[in-house]
Amino acid sequence: MTNYWKDFFRKNGTALGLFLLLSVAVWMLVMIILPQLYMLDFSFRANVPPPQWGTESHVYTLEHYKYLIYGNVNSTDAFNYIDLGVFGRTILASIFVTLIDVCLCYPVAYYLAHVARGGWGRLMVMSLIVPFWVNELLRAFSFKVMFGASGVINNALISLGILDQPYDFIRENVALYSGLSYAYILLMIFPIYNAIESLDKNQIEAARDLGSPWWRIHWRVVIPHAKPGITSGCTMVFMLTAGALAAPQILGGPSSLWFTQLVYKWFNNSANWARGSAYALVLLIACIIFVLLMMRFFKVRLGEIAR
Amino acid sequence: MSADVQLEDVWIRFGDFVAAKDVNIHIQDGEFFSFLGPSGCGKTTLLRAVSGFLAPSQGKVLIGGKDMAGIGPNKRPTALIFQNLALFPLMTVWENIAFSLEVKGMGKADRRKRADELLDLIALPNQGDKMVNELSGGQKQRVAIARALAAEPDVLLLDEPLSALDLKLRQHMRTELRAIQERVGITFIYITHDQGEALTMSDNVAVMSQGIIEQVAGGNQIYDSPETAFVASFVGENNHFIGKVSECDGETVSVETPSGVLRARSVDRNGQKQLQRGDDALVFIRPESLGFSDQRPFDNVLQGIVERQEFEGNFWQVFLKVDGSDRVVTLSMVNDGRSVGHDVGSRVKVGCNADLAVALPLGPMAAE
Ligand SMILES: Nc1ncnc2c1ncn2[C@@H]1O[C@H](COP(=O)(O)OP(=O)(O)OP(=O)(O)O)[C@@H](O)[C@H]1O
Ligand SMILES: [Mg+2]
Repeated sequence: MTNYWKDFFRKNGTALGLFLLLSVAVWMLVMIILPQLYMLDFSFRANVPPPQWGTESHVYTLEHYKYLIYGNVNSTDAFNYIDLGVFGRTILASIFVTLIDVCLCYPVAYYLAHVARGGWGRLMVMSLIVPFWVNELLRAFSFKVMFGASGVINNALISLGILDQPYDFIRENVALYSGLSYAYILLMIFPIYNAIESLDKNQIEAARDLGSPWWRIHWRVVIPHAKPGITSGCTMVFMLTAGALAAPQILGGPSSLWFTQLVYKWFNNSANWARGSAYALVLLIACIIFVLLMMRFFKVRLGEIAR
Repeated sequence: MSADVQLEDVWIRFGDFVAAKDVNIHIQDGEFFSFLGPSGCGKTTLLRAVSGFLAPSQGKVLIGGKDMAGIGPNKRPTALIFQNLALFPLMTVWENIAFSLEVKGMGKADRRKRADELLDLIALPNQGDKMVNELSGGQKQRVAIARALAAEPDVLLLDEPLSALDLKLRQHMRTELRAIQERVGITFIYITHDQGEALTMSDNVAVMSQGIIEQVAGGNQIYDSPETAFVASFVGENNHFIGKVSECDGETVSVETPSGVLRARSVDRNGQKQLQRGDDALVFIRPESLGFSDQRPFDNVLQGIVERQEFEGNFWQVFLKVDGSDRVVTLSMVNDGRSVGHDVGSRVKVGCNADLAVALPLGPMAAE
C-alpha cells in the first residue's frame, strides 16, 4: 500500500499528485458523501421549521420510517397500504421497464456490434443518440400528446379499424412504460454494445461451425460474454427508472403514483423534509439491495461492471 | 466417415477484388491436403467457402459428391479450426470439447465421457475441468483439435493452426497432427504459409498465389518439378537465370542466358509442353544442385567469383557473383568432412547437369 502511494507520487509529481488526491477527496466528500449523510441525519429527526434546526426540539426519532410502514397513527389500517403499495409498484414497474429495455437493446446492440457494417452502423448510432438532445420534459410531453385520446396512435388505430374508440393509454400506463423504457435506453444499449463488440467474431463462427443454431450461440457464447455489460446496463436503467420523476409525473395515469412523487410531495407540498429524506433513503437502499442480490444471482462481480 | 472435397470452377469476388480465380481441385477421401501460399493469397477465403461461411461467387463446392450450395456451416460435415483457435474462454476445457455434442442434445454424463476420451486422444488426460486460459499454447491447440473432432466431421479444416506456436512445439505438433489424422482417418485440409509444414505433412499440396492455384502435386514433385515460376521461386531456395529458348530437344531445352547457355528440363503443365524455341524462359537451379566443376564435368557451367561463404555445420553456403548475372547465386555443399572453403574473391567454375535444372516460361515470382 505504501509502495502504491510512493509510486503514485513519483509518477505524477508531488504537486499534481496532491491536486489529484485533494480534488477526488473533495468531490467525494462534497458531492457524494456529505449530502447523503445530511439526508440520513435529517431522516431520523423530527420535522421542525428551519429556524429550530439544531435546537432541542430537533430530536432524533424513527417516526418517518414508522410512517412509511404503519401510516398515520390515527388511521385504522395496520399498515400504510397506500405508500407501501406505491413503493412495491414502483419497484415492480422498474423491473418490468428494465426487462423491456434488455429485450429491446440486446438485439440492437448485437446488430450494431457484429452485423452492421461501416456507415450503416454509424447512422444507427447517430439516430439513437440525436433524439436524446431533446430534453426530457419535451420528450415526456410529446409522448403524452402522442398517446393521448386524439393522439397519432389512437387516430391511426381507429382509422385502420383496429379500435372503434380511443384507448386510454395514459390510464393504462402504456404511455408511462413506453416513456420510461425510452428514457434510459441508451444506458442499456451502450454497455451491452461495448461488451458484445469485444467478443471475437470467430467464436460465433466456431459455434456455428460446430452445428449450433443461432439461439444457442447467443445463449452459450454471446450472452455469457456480454453478461457484465448487460448487468451494468440493467443496474443503471433500474436505478434511474425507480428514481425517475418527470416521466411518471407527466405520463403516469391518475391512479398510479411513482414513489418519487411521494418523496417530492413530502419535500415540496407538505414541507416535511425529514419525511421526504426518509422516503428517498428507503428507495435508494432498497434499490441497492435489489441490485446486489441480482448481481449475486447472476454471478457478476462489482468489478466486472466497471469494465 | 470421411469424404472427398471438390472445388469446381470456383470464383470468389469481394467487389472488384478477385480472391479466388477459377479454382479446380479434387481432394481425395482421407487425404491430408495442404494449401500453401503467401499471406493474402486467398487461402482462408477458400477454406471459408468449403466450411460454408462464404458462398462462392461462381462455381461449386462438393463434399462427398454433394453440392453444398445453400447449406450453412452448421449443417456441413466439416469442422474448422480457426487461425486464432476461437476456443470459448468462459467454458471449461471439457465443455469446449463437448460443445458440438451439447448441440446435438447428448446428455451431460455421455458428453463428459466422450470429452474425456478425446482428452486422452490429444494427450491431455484429466485436464477437462480447467479453464481454457489456464492451458499453454500447445495445449489450447490440441483442445481446438479435440473440439473439432468431437463433431465427428467428414472433413477437418485447419487454418494455420500452428502459426502461433514456437518452433519446437510446431515441429512436435506436425507429427502429432499427422498421427491424429492417420488415427481418425478423415480428410484434413490444412492451410499454411510455411512450406516445411506443407511438405512434411501432406499427401498433396496446392500452391496458391493471388487467388490462383499454381500447382497441385505431392510434396517432392512440387519441390523437384515446379510447373510455374512462382512455385519454383516460392518453394525452397532457388537461383534463377533469365534467357531465351534456343533449342528444344524432347524433355530438355537450351536457354541462352547472359551467363551462358544453360540446358535444363522443361516441365509440362496439365500435360502440355510449356516452352518452344524463341520463348522467354527462366532457368531455376537449386543451391544444392550446384557443384564445383573442378571436381566433375557438368552440362552447365557458370563462372564467377566467391563473394562470401557461411559454414552451417552440415552445409557450406557459398555466395557467388556469377558472370552475366547481377544476382547473387547460392551454392550449398554438403560438408563431408573433407571439403574446405574457397578463398573469398577467388575465381571458380560451378555447374550442374541438365536434369537438375528446370526451365519454365517467364512469369511472376514470389517476393523475396
Ligand atoms: N470480407 C472480405 N472483404 C474484402 N476482401 C477480403 C475479405 N476477406 C478477404 N479479403 C481479401 O482477400 C484476400 C485473401 O484473403 P485471405 O484471408 O484468404 O488470405 P490468406 O491467404 O488466408 O492470408 P493469411 O496467410 O495472411 O491468413 C486478401 O487480399 C483480403 O484482403
Ligand atoms: Mg488466413
